[in-house]
Amino acid sequence: MTTEITEEKIEEDTETESKKERKLVIPGETIVSGEDYLPGDFTRKEGKDVIASRYGLAEVSGRVVKIIPISGVFEPRRGNTVIGRVEDVTFNGWLINIGGPYTSFLPLAECPRFINRNDIAEFATIGDVLSAKIWNVKKGGADLTLKSRGLGKLEGGRLIRINPHKVPRVIGKEGSMINLIKDATKTEITVGQNGYIWLKGDIEGEEKAESTIKLIAEESSTSGLTEKVENFLGGKK
Amino acid sequence: MSYTKRLDKRKFDELRPIQAEVGIIPNADGSALFAFGKTVAIAAVYGPKPLHPAHMQDPERGIIRCNYNMLPFSVTERAKPGPNRRSKEIGMVAGNALAAVVDLTRFPGTVIDVEIMILQANASTRCAGINAAAMALAHAGVVMKEMVSSVSIGKIDDKIVADITKEEEDYHEGEGPTDIPFTMTSRTKQITHLQLDGKIQTHRFKEAMEAAKVACDKVYEYQLRALKGEKINENK
Repeated sequence: MTTEITEEKIEEDTETESKKERKLVIPGETIVSGEDYLPGDFTRKEGKDVIASRYGLAEVSGRVVKIIPISGVFEPRRGNTVIGRVEDVTFNGWLINIGGPYTSFLPLAECPRFINRNDIAEFATIGDVLSAKIWNVKKGGADLTLKSRGLGKLEGGRLIRINPHKVPRVIGKEGSMINLIKDATKTEITVGQNGYIWLKGDIEGEEKAESTIKLIAEESSTSGLTEKVENFLGGKK
Repeated sequence: MSYTKRLDKRKFDELRPIQAEVGIIPNADGSALFAFGKTVAIAAVYGPKPLHPAHMQDPERGIIRCNYNMLPFSVTERAKPGPNRRSKEIGMVAGNALAAVVDLTRFPGTVIDVEIMILQANASTRCAGINAAAMALAHAGVVMKEMVSSVSIGKIDDKIVADITKEEEDYHEGEGPTDIPFTMTSRTKQITHLQLDGKIQTHRFKEAMEAAKVACDKVYEYQLRALKGEKINENK
């Protein structure tokens, strides 16, 4: 008896999984109604109704209803690579603004290079830009590290900011979009998962790359985005 | 002569032409515009972000810091820029009206800044402001229980009317004007903000509350449509 039921359930699950439809919902809106739905991320259940608690795309996968946020500030997660600006220098590290609700901390011990303890501002001082990795998220903010490949101080160039939820669009499938921009503008680009993007190249290339990224962020939800970006990059040359 | 027909020929429960749109301020985390006829308000939301000065921080929850500001050109006689007694008060009540539905426990010690600007004023500015701010908060991805909608119900002479204008506010015949701004939650119809300027009998107040429920529902429909990407402009 029990095995039959589970098999049936699995079939049902896979069926609904295949045609995942997403719809835009606003806080307080009823997404679905019925006993067999379970509330997931940013949803809650009141009686039979599953109600949205946040603006975003609602997705029903199997029995679970969840919301994929499309706006809002960066919420730090362990393992995220971020770009930030030094806000303050303390005796044992740096306070870094990575956007989001809290300032994060980069301890001196998490810096792989030798740094003179008596003058740590020599390595990075207020206003400098760093790329770092989050290794711990705690109540009042995140701890950063530079102990990984490709992390460290970013010299020169410019820093721009987009909505962190649009970062996947800017990068594209396996980096296709970002490589397209890099090749067309001959600019070095580093994208942080917090929505901060660092660009370095000649001034024209930087300008072009910046406006392209802004375009992607603006039209992130439209179809045929790659073509649009190709046209945009090819147009002015 | 009693107030049998409204000065702008609307029905007694009819709102002015609405204008609603989100995402009007690119640099903000969330933004919206909301207008009742000639009353136009915009709102921007920034945060949650670290709060300074630190003595304002609440270690249990985040706070909402709401500013209401009437721009100098919003009224016929130039308004002196900067905060005054009235704008501080409205900022406070608007902040409280919004805080009732926002989940502030997610980020303790932070602040969500809500800036409300009145571009053009023709009564009910606080209602337009709260409507815009609620849309901006939702647009900013802030976790909220539900939306809030605000509308001003008036008693002009002996008639209960929805969404009053400046001309109606100045109608001094018969029993005179009474202005009652209501803010209600969208699902549960709970009142998060209520003010009263004028006089009203108890049984008439109950009538006004029923009218507010109906009118807030109408406002909510516009907020919903605007948040789903529509640009609403009924003024033309």
